[in-house]
Amino acid sequence: MEIFYPYIFMGILLVTWLTSVPVMVLVERKVSGWLQYRVGPTRVGPWGLLQPIADALKFLSKEDVVPHHVNKWLYIFAPALMVFPAFFVIGVIPVGILTLGGKEILVQIGHTNIGILYVLAVSSLVVYSITFSAWASNNKYSLLGGLRSAAQMMSYELPMGLSILGTIMLVGSLRLEDIVNFQMNSAWGIVWQPLGALIFIVTAFAETNRLPFDLAEAEAELVGGYHTEYSSMKFAMFFLGEYCNMLTASVMITLLFLGGWNVPFVQGMNLEPLTQQVIQIAGLALKVVFLMFFFVWVRWTLPRFRYDQLMNFGWKTLIPLALANVVITAIVMAIVS
Amino acid sequence: MVLYTGLFLNTIIEDTPIYENYLPILVLMIVATLIPLAILVITNILGPQKPSERKLSVYESGMPPVGDAHPKFSVKFYIIGMLFILFDIEIVFMYPWAVIYKQWISTSIFILVEGLVFVGILLVGYIYAWKKGALDWE
Repeated sequence: MEIFYPYIFMGILLVTWLTSVPVMVLVERKVSGWLQYRVGPTRVGPWGLLQPIADALKFLSKEDVVPHHVNKWLYIFAPALMVFPAFFVIGVIPVGILTLGGKEILVQIGHTNIGILYVLAVSSLVVYSITFSAWASNNKYSLLGGLRSAAQMMSYELPMGLSILGTIMLVGSLRLEDIVNFQMNSAWGIVWQPLGALIFIVTAFAETNRLPFDLAEAEAELVGGYHTEYSSMKFAMFFLGEYCNMLTASVMITLLFLGGWNVPFVQGMNLEPLTQQVIQIAGLALKVVFLMFFFVWVRWTLPRFRYDQLMNFGWKTLIPLALANVVITAIVMAIVS
Repeated sequence: MVLYTGLFLNTIIEDTPIYENYLPILVLMIVATLIPLAILVITNILGPQKPSERKLSVYESGMPPVGDAHPKFSVKFYIIGMLFILFDIEIVFMYPWAVIYKQWISTSIFILVEGLVFVGILLVGYIYAWKKGALDWE
């Protein structure tokens, strides 16, 4: 039985990730409406709840146009490459511990010792999809958007990789479950690594192409950026991938810096182990939902960067800050021990 | 075959052979490949197929397309690409150092000195690139 647990968890996690996308689209539209003193979608179903289903059906029933000037196979392949890493990345993400059949089981698909490295490696595959779609579209807007996006994602991957190093040094392991355990036994990561957390959150916005870093799309100047020439479900697949990546980024921020599935005081309440563990998983979900709201909040609060400001901020501010964070962590740890 | 025992972990991981941990990831890889392919096939079947000359032409805000779609672009993008490869590899080298740092620092200060030397070399390259103007966008 135990050997099937990873596959059961895989099914549950895949369904969670897939169903979270329509929910997030609705939440984003509703919250955007409220923040701009509008009501958001209200027509489809009660309170606009069926809007995402209507969107999905509409996308599916639209004509799948392949324009004659595109590089055909690359053009079809690119959106698939956007969705693939979005689902492949959940392979090492733990979401909690459950007591099943008297044993503590970690809710995770593959128990590998390279955790964070795997997440960083797989999530950076998105840049290929953007570059391929931009190049294959044979369109000026697409190419400009794709180039900007590729350079932006590469630039922000460096501070992202550096910002996690402090946490890894404190914990001494790349496993995400070890990092959560460390935070459970002491304090949340944001207390240990405030600067690292800040840099990681900023770079997570840049890596998911969200405002204020959405220069790839910049609809006012580039029409749609790299997906200008896409239609029907191929167009929707870019958003499917993007929203899944947003969810993954929120989960990663929670696991690394907000204590993962740690809920304060719940361990001292002498509950049944399973009850306590379910509360902890719900706590993780609640933190992730807050971060998703935070993504939308920031979208309507901060204006878009100019491109030179974006690159200068990444290379000249974030990288030195992240390096300083690593050095300070190393020196403080040496003094303390 | 024991390949890893968790440092802080009190759950399940000890004594599992490595293929057993990676097999679900292989399955996930296949599933993650099939999902986008399924979406592509379904939308191709469900949607209507009525191509027309206008629909299949380049979108350039409704105007006839002007010039080549692949214009020359700034050399900055190549420089950023090269700098990215250099710095990314150096950062990857720091990961194993960071993992063993906690264990080693309790016995000797040597690992700290080593890390500082590495960061120092990285900084020299970084300052050189900055002074050469490779990081400037105008």
